[in-house]
Amino acid sequence: MGARSLVLIAALAVGLVSFCFTGHPEAAWPLAQIDDYLLNILILAGINVILAVSLNIVNGHTGQFSLGHAGFMAVGAYGSAALTQLNGKACLASLSFLGSAAPLGLFVLSLLVGGLLAALAGLAVGLPSLRLKGDYLAIVTLGFGEIIRVMIQNTESLGGARGLAGIPNHTTLGWTWLVSLISIYCVGSLVNSTYGRGFLAVRDDEIAAEAMGINTTRYKVTAFVVGAFFAGLAGGLYAHFIGYVTPEGFSFLKSVDVVVMVILGGMGSTAGVTVAAIGLTFLNEALREAEQYRMVAFALLLIILMITRPQGLLGGLGGLARWLPGKGGKS
Amino acid sequence: MNELLQQLINGLSLGAVYALIALGYTMVYGVLRFINFAHGDVFMVGAFTGMYFGRWLKPLAAAWPEWLFASTVLLVSMLSCAILGIVLERLAYKPLRERPRLTVLITAIGVSLLLEYAGQLVFGAAPRGFPSLITSSSISGIEGLHASNIQVIVLVVTALLLWGLHLVVMRTRLGLAMRALSLNPTAARLMGVNTNVVISFTFGIGSALAAAGAIFYASLYQAIDPFMGVLPGMKAFVAAVLGGIGSLPGAMVGGLILGVVETLVVGYSQLLGIPPGYRDAVAFVILILILLFKPSGLFGKTMREKV
Amino acid sequence: MLELLNVTAGYGSITALHGVSLRVEKGTIVTLVGANGAGKSTTLRAISGLLPVREGKVLFEGKELTNKRPHQIVACGLAHVPEGRMIFSNLTVLENLQMGAYLRRDRAGIASDQEFVLETFPRLRERTWQQAGTLSGGEQQMLAIGRALMGRPRCLMLDEPSLGIAPLLVKTIFEKIVQVNRELGLTVLLVEQNAHLALEVSQFGYVLETGRILLSDRSEHLKTNPAVQAAYLGA
Repeated sequence: MGARSLVLIAALAVGLVSFCFTGHPEAAWPLAQIDDYLLNILILAGINVILAVSLNIVNGHTGQFSLGHAGFMAVGAYGSAALTQLNGKACLASLSFLGSAAPLGLFVLSLLVGGLLAALAGLAVGLPSLRLKGDYLAIVTLGFGEIIRVMIQNTESLGGARGLAGIPNHTTLGWTWLVSLISIYCVGSLVNSTYGRGFLAVRDDEIAAEAMGINTTRYKVTAFVVGAFFAGLAGGLYAHFIGYVTPEGFSFLKSVDVVVMVILGGMGSTAGVTVAAIGLTFLNEALREAEQYRMVAFALLLIILMITRPQGLLGGLGGLARWLPGKGGKS
Repeated sequence: MNELLQQLINGLSLGAVYALIALGYTMVYGVLRFINFAHGDVFMVGAFTGMYFGRWLKPLAAAWPEWLFASTVLLVSMLSCAILGIVLERLAYKPLRERPRLTVLITAIGVSLLLEYAGQLVFGAAPRGFPSLITSSSISGIEGLHASNIQVIVLVVTALLLWGLHLVVMRTRLGLAMRALSLNPTAARLMGVNTNVVISFTFGIGSALAAAGAIFYASLYQAIDPFMGVLPGMKAFVAAVLGGIGSLPGAMVGGLILGVVETLVVGYSQLLGIPPGYRDAVAFVILILILLFKPSGLFGKTMREKV
Repeated sequence: MLELLNVTAGYGSITALHGVSLRVEKGTIVTLVGANGAGKSTTLRAISGLLPVREGKVLFEGKELTNKRPHQIVACGLAHVPEGRMIFSNLTVLENLQMGAYLRRDRAGIASDQEFVLETFPRLRERTWQQAGTLSGGEQQMLAIGRALMGRPRCLMLDEPSLGIAPLLVKTIFEKIVQVNRELGLTVLLVEQNAHLALEVSQFGYVLETGRILLSDRSEHLKTNPAVQAAYLGA
């Protein structure tokens, strides 16, 4: 992760932000000419990239196994929607000093609030899960995800089982990919920093890491909190893209979707996971007609992959990895 | 008071189902040290097998006594699931014996999804009615207390199955081998135990018990669908952990406790101030509490996390 | 009776045995001595099928055992009492003995062998219904040996039977080993760190160092060999 890629990302980010501020497809960008359908898929792909990359901190780099990512996403989605939809008027009024940018300001604020709430939830999950690993951790995180869902379902002010509709459509392609790039960048630099070596140490040999004086507890909690924060951002973006959220949309199966992306991409490889998230989003769309067969095929793929190539379909593609921060492949 | 008794009856019959599923988790964990994520879906297949076979057999067995019809359906479903369990283990888990546990766990999730979605393809996504195997009737003793005959039968047959399991595990050669394998795999192999046979046997028995649980569950609630195994499966896992994973009596007691607690929380939701919608969260809250305060469970020895 | 030809074996990328060859004649006690990590236990694990043999051959009574599975090898009459005893701690003493006879169907034979084992190790008779995990280390070792005898093997491999056991019991255990060797004509392959003891009871010995056979000779010669004395007998 040199200064070069930093500049690259900054440039991309500025470009994308300026794109989203123009807000209208008539802007002089070639991207603007793409049709709505493709645009929507690209946005979904971006959201999936955030989800996959953030789950990868926990499942890939730190070697834990979380099955509750949809829960964090739900917290972010509902948290941000609570600001823009439920209390939209009041919040806009207090942001009136921003003038015409107030709705956008509120959107950004709501994303951050959603992310922070999700991070808090991540802390709540991470702390009691410390003593657990492998299958136990998987079930506990799954349980936490379900508890979050049941809580939302039973909270009338959040719409209960019906969900929340009429969330303003603030999410644009630019915003989505800006956040994805930020998440890729953050995860990459976190894991590749001296500090971040600890994550890999925890994954490779927890006991040895402990013996070397690495505070494994802190790393595990950090992984959960950072992962949850970005999942929360993804949830907020998703809510403001689709316009409505229901508790059912964040069930265990949503978590499994993300887990599949991480596994196919190769656990611990940011590049692989990014590619897998984008690829699977497109594949899902292509197979929308054959929805039923799609999941059967995924399940089979998962099993065969584990038996023949447990490092993931894309894991170990070193050449690809070099193009993206986060050191894929070998790590 | 009567109401409490009523809730206990409801809770115990539900708990019996959890206990039957939990035994499969705990037995497989005992010999392979892994959580068979797909176990709840084997339960689902058991229910569908029972439904199709029951519908097919019903006209043929018109002259049979009801108990014979019901037990034939039960046995066929148990046998089919035993075979399914053994085949799944051979195909999906056996190639991964020496691999990291995470790999096996992911495979198990894959198997679980495969059964669910293949089930959806084959059986359809909509809930189906489960044929009644025994004409339901209400047994009412004390004023205001109702137990359906099905609830009573479920409890009695579960008790019989558990007794049978006890005999198999404690008195037979394979049962002894199973216990030996779970205590020390290397030593068991040195005694001449063919681990593959014992593992297949364990999967077979566990899956058969899950199928029995499924027939009971479907008879109690009458509707089945391809995703019906997800929640009972996870709850039964909680029951196994509550009892102490690896412990057979633990799984039984854990299942019963979980069934009763869940029913009571719903039955007394107003009193407790917990909305009945939290029913499905009860198990997970219990799970988190056990893992925090007594990870070895009620009957378990210390959780053995081999490094 | 038991013969290893150029056996190579190891764990992962580590090779622990580099072409080990040895012979155990019928009815004898043969010992493998060597320092920690010399490959003694690995040799036994390779013979009993717990560890794959990468190269070479294992022959037992003329039959090739190379890379058969452990339960098949036990069935051939070759028993292995592993290091650390590995008794089934939650099973009773009696159930442990039953496990030893796991592959046998002859009830009468099993009963008489059980009687023989309890006769040989009277301490076990006092504790038949006790959980094996509650036994002392020495008693557990007796149980492990008794359990192996229950399979009525023709060759017994013992891995460090003296490890972590009170000296008095070590003496008893070694007496019993010699006793079953004489009475049953049982062939014994003994791995032992206590070279003194091992060379005392055995007729032939091999000295193993870093996965290779360094020396092989009659035990009484090894005892007086200056190199062996310096390295293993502390003389």
